[in-house]
Amino acid sequence: MESRARPDAVSKPAAISVTLYVNGEPSKLAIAPWTTLLDALRDRLHLTGTKKGCDHGQCGACTVLIDGRRVNSCLTLAVMKDGAKITTIEGLAADGSLHPLQQAFIDHDAFQCGYCTPGQICSAAGLIAEGKAQTADEIRELMSGNICRCGAYPNIVAAIQQAMGAKP
Amino acid sequence: MKPYIGTPTSRVDGRVKVTGMAQYAGEFAAPDLAYGSVVTSTIARGRITRIDATQALAVEGVLDVLTHENRPAMGTTDQAFSDEVAPTGSPFRPLYDDKVKFNGQPIALVIAEEWEIARFAATLVDVEYEAESHDTDLHARRDEAFVVEKPDKPRGDAAKAFAAAVVRHEAEYFVPAEYHNPMELFAATAVWKDGGKLTVFDKTQGVQNVQRYVCSVFGLKSDDVRVMSPFVGGAFGSGLRPQYEVVLAVQGALQLKRSVRLVLAREQMYGLGYRPATIERVALGARADGSLDAITHEAIAMTSQYEEFSRNDTSWSALLYKSSNASYEHKLSRLDVPTPSDMRAPGAASGVYALECAMDELAVALKLDPVELRMRCYSDRDQNTGAPFTSKQLKECYRKGAELFGWSRRNSEPRSMRDGNDLVGWGMATGVWEALQMPTGARIVLSGNGHAEVSCATSDIGTGTYTVMAQVAADMLGVPIDNVTVKLGDSTLPHSMVEGGSWTAASVSHAIAVTADEVRKELLGLAQKMPNSPLAGLQAEDVVLVDGMIAGRQDSSRAVSVAEAMQHGGVDRIVHERSAEFPEDTKHARNTHSAIFAEVKVDEQLGVIRVTRAVSAVAAGRIINTKTAASQVMGSVVWGIGMALHEEALYDHSFGRIMNANIAEYHVPVNADVQDIKVIFVDEPDNLVNPLGIKGVGEIGIVGVAAAIANAVYHATGKRIRDLPITIDKVLG
Repeated sequence: MESRARPDAVSKPAAISVTLYVNGEPSKLAIAPWTTLLDALRDRLHLTGTKKGCDHGQCGACTVLIDGRRVNSCLTLAVMKDGAKITTIEGLAADGSLHPLQQAFIDHDAFQCGYCTPGQICSAAGLIAEGKAQTADEIRELMSGNICRCGAYPNIVAAIQQAMGAKP
Repeated sequence: MKPYIGTPTSRVDGRVKVTGMAQYAGEFAAPDLAYGSVVTSTIARGRITRIDATQALAVEGVLDVLTHENRPAMGTTDQAFSDEVAPTGSPFRPLYDDKVKFNGQPIALVIAEEWEIARFAATLVDVEYEAESHDTDLHARRDEAFVVEKPDKPRGDAAKAFAAAVVRHEAEYFVPAEYHNPMELFAATAVWKDGGKLTVFDKTQGVQNVQRYVCSVFGLKSDDVRVMSPFVGGAFGSGLRPQYEVVLAVQGALQLKRSVRLVLAREQMYGLGYRPATIERVALGARADGSLDAITHEAIAMTSQYEEFSRNDTSWSALLYKSSNASYEHKLSRLDVPTPSDMRAPGAASGVYALECAMDELAVALKLDPVELRMRCYSDRDQNTGAPFTSKQLKECYRKGAELFGWSRRNSEPRSMRDGNDLVGWGMATGVWEALQMPTGARIVLSGNGHAEVSCATSDIGTGTYTVMAQVAADMLGVPIDNVTVKLGDSTLPHSMVEGGSWTAASVSHAIAVTADEVRKELLGLAQKMPNSPLAGLQAEDVVLVDGMIAGRQDSSRAVSVAEAMQHGGVDRIVHERSAEFPEDTKHARNTHSAIFAEVKVDEQLGVIRVTRAVSAVAAGRIINTKTAASQVMGSVVWGIGMALHEEALYDHSFGRIMNANIAEYHVPVNADVQDIKVIFVDEPDNLVNPLGIKGVGEIGIVGVAAAIANAVYHATGKRIRDLPITIDKVLG
């Protein structure tokens, strides 16, 4: 390969120091403003449980809980969340036992390939905390930001109902 | 011990998936990892006259920009770029030369220290083209389509019989281009090791196919390339052929002599394979009693300029229903698009959609119940070959499906059923698919402590292969499923073809079974060397492994524990590797069947369509895992809902580009689109298809679903919409 000239170097953006409280642990990061929370989690903190399915807020695979609310981490710049408490799929289970939603997803076979699953489960945790969904129709409506291309939707609804303590 | 085969069993990989521990291709770490970002073409046909990376290279952290001008050496023949499932033609060669063959073609790879830098710098690569006129419109080019030779030959004189028929139906149906859109973005992480060895984590349905392809494209030694794909975030056929992300990631690694990760953007995945847009013409001629005299099915599908992709769309019509006259023809139209690919039930999903809508229209013309019409045309033999089926419980599918759905309460008159503002429609259709099996290897390592490891290079794309392998191994070795570890998705494991065609469950199960036979033989030998062995004089076929014992098949009181036999023989581990071969059986047809019933509610004023209920009754031989298999079929029904109501790649033909190349404007079903889906498996014992009677369920579930929904929309509204998807504008138009 012929060597190429490098005129007028363009610097990458300066990093900003932030502290993210991910799954209870503080992580101090020097991070460029263009880095999304999703990429910070996956590439910097190596928490790859949070998935990238579109990077445009269209699929919900990247859903995490920020201060208890479900958020698309691909539409969130990491520097906006200095000091925030972030829960990812890796932090949902306590002491090695599964979260009731995780167990319910296994019981009801609420996933196939598993790629949308962390986002579905985090989204469902946020949904339950919101307390708005009571019926199956309401769960369907309020879980429609999380696409499952394997088509496990009826089982996802059943799993959420189980975790809510409702009769499936 | 109750056998695992046939018992609903939770996924053995469930825990790693719900905890986020399952790692996919773009998630494997490597020291000194560099990140790639792809630049794609903005014209559909022509050549690149200038590609200038100066500005991109000026960005701090950019390591290199690869184009056709400076990429590492690659093979120069079609053979070098071929793969085990490549269609006829000249395979696409990523970053090969200055030619542009479709809009969205990869033309440069920017590699940087960080992903964000690579993505930004990719926007700075300056490209000039010499554009040529292009064509992406199947409808405009249909008359120039050429005929593809197919193995099945016509019978009788369908044209003459059709002309003479008492009742005739003839219509054209259209299935647009559809994209798999698996949730996981296509990605590859090429891990460079000292000495130039590569371990490539790739999103693929066939690690050995990709391994051979990478070696052949780059002239690498087989021992130097290992391809792994332990978890695949959905694929549905999109990962059967090696895709360009793996070529570019390896190019980057070879160029920089360091590890490179490349994750495609969702938009760029519209430059990979897809279900080809297809015009399907069906003509049916019947007697007054509903028996068919003539079936004609013609398909015109799109393909690329460089490969001829075609599947069996048309001969399902002539296989399924009794008719002494049948003809079919498959044509292809060459367009300036990437080559289509297999997508869940390729050919059948499109062709049977048309056939089953046509059957519904014929039933209306005959004033016959749609189920009754299908019973009158029912065939116990493959109508193409005359061969009987190894098993065919389709009548039972109709009966049980109709019963569960409540079909007998249907008022056949369109627009006769209402629920408030909604028109209610009930429709049904038949599904059919193949029961295939491929030579496959397996290795079993049984340890004296009762643990078994079973491995094969096959894939689990969400289909449940891990769990099926664990179930079969546990049964064959007589150990609890928790004692079984499954390894797959690694090119160094025993051989497997790509995971597709619904053949994996049957193929890998038999591979495990024949390998377990060898384990059992060795164990019996060890047990018979024990003093006063109760198994003395027995042959391998006389004993089974059950509950940790080697026991007589007839007399289970004659038994020796596996642990003791191994201990006595001084053996820590028993290791065997064998291949399952499946003899060709031309005397029988091997198929799966289904009956699908759907209810739609259509808002009369707004035209909004909801699929409120669906019942899928499937006959697919022995079901290994009724839990995960039902999920496969349920997911397929969801796919059918998408096919019927949502999915369509929309082309801007002036640019030869897809306008909705994302997962928001290319609509796939979301949770609120899916309501009540019931799946039933009818009993279908089959000792002819293969020794274990397994047929596979990955694809049968989608076939016919779109037709059942389209037929329900007709029943609700009185309006026959033959162009998919059935959108509001068509309902109100």
